[in-house]
Amino acid sequence: MSRQQRKAVALISGGLDSMLAARVIKDQGIHVEGINFFTGFCVEGHTHAIRQKDRNKKKRNNALWVAEQVGIKLHIIDVIEEYKDIVLNPAHGYGKNLNPCLDCKIFMVNKAQAWAWMEENQFDFIITGEVVGQRPKSQRKETLPIIARESGAEDRLLRPLCAKNLTPTLPEREGWVNRDALFDFHGRNRKPQMALAEELGFSEYAQPAGGCCFLTDKTYSSKLADLWQSRGERNYELDDIMLLKVGRHIRPKPHYKLIISREDGENHYLSGYRNEFISLESKSCKGPLALLDGVPRDGDMEQAASIVARYGQGRDAQEVLVEIRMKDGSAQELKVKPLPPDEVVSSWHV
Amino acid sequence: MSENHFELDARRMLCPMPVIKTQDRIKNLDPGDRLKVTCTDPGALIDIPSWCRIHGHAVLSTNTKDRIITIMIMVR
Ligand code: SF4
Repeated sequence: MSRQQRKAVALISGGLDSMLAARVIKDQGIHVEGINFFTGFCVEGHTHAIRQKDRNKKKRNNALWVAEQVGIKLHIIDVIEEYKDIVLNPAHGYGKNLNPCLDCKIFMVNKAQAWAWMEENQFDFIITGEVVGQRPKSQRKETLPIIARESGAEDRLLRPLCAKNLTPTLPEREGWVNRDALFDFHGRNRKPQMALAEELGFSEYAQPAGGCCFLTDKTYSSKLADLWQSRGERNYELDDIMLLKVGRHIRPKPHYKLIISREDGENHYLSGYRNEFISLESKSCKGPLALLDGVPRDGDMEQAASIVARYGQGRDAQEVLVEIRMKDGSAQELKVKPLPPDEVVSSWHV
Repeated sequence: MSENHFELDARRMLCPMPVIKTQDRIKNLDPGDRLKVTCTDPGALIDIPSWCRIHGHAVLSTNTKDRIITIMIMVR
């Protein structure tokens, strides 16, 4: 490849917009490679991998799939640790739930830039699939320049799908890309993107509802807020945020929570955590595996066991035998009466 | 061309971590080297070959036994 050929790194989320943006620029003769960031919150195949009932669904990673369709390399970067600061302290605040979209975009463009300008990579500019007015907070006309400025990418950040609505960037001014062949999409209407997809021959693409990560999900966000509140500090590890995607979360007391599996796949997944949590499982009949998160006090084990028994096949039995296994592998058995459904208080459900 | 054999244990990791680990490992290998990846997330059966295709590496075999997936890759 001669140095005359310009190079662009495309932020690939796995959705339609970034797919179109990358393809449009590639079609202009630019060498494009994709970059995708794994924050731990991404809506990817996790739940499909865990839940038995989802196993027939496609488990592919959409960013990889998009890269294959467009015909570009994709680099997936683990940013779990650095991303914590974005989730915990977003300078621009949260969206509707715990989604720090604006800070997240700034962070990702900044990371892409750090990667792109590296000596061994030497890319010339960055592209994203952003469209003016598409998202209420992070893709407004006033916020797009903030992303360019605060990420440090400045005018080397090109949004091919809405470039004609924005001030010309360096790649346009220098003639590396033809501005006339870019687009002026705006707003929430998806029809122009769909028409362009058809024109480019893309018949299949992912259309994530809401957003590209679990932080836009109301239930998930309330589980995360509950985690912080119960621990008395805003922090998390990867296992914490993965476990929030699995099972029923029931908090009968402020100091402990149960994560109760809903089916075999989740049972299998949670069993991998038995050395890190106290676990409970019905022995006298088939029932779910549950992890106890917290430090139980007097009487809590009985209460936890009766809740777990309530979700097993012995829910109507007079008595169920529940095994309680400690982290070191030692176990004891408790005979409990399953908690009647009306005694599982709705406010316990996180 | 070298032909050294390497192994990567990505069991219990959920996608895309097995792909990221494979990618990071291959970065330090030479053309001709072989990498055997073991994992448990069925998504890896799709994602690792996909990653290999776009980066030009060859998947020599895939195998699943007792929920354990083994993928043999030749670096190019
Ligand atoms: S939805 Fe999630 S990944 Fe997407 S911009 Fe918002 S915080 Fe970032």
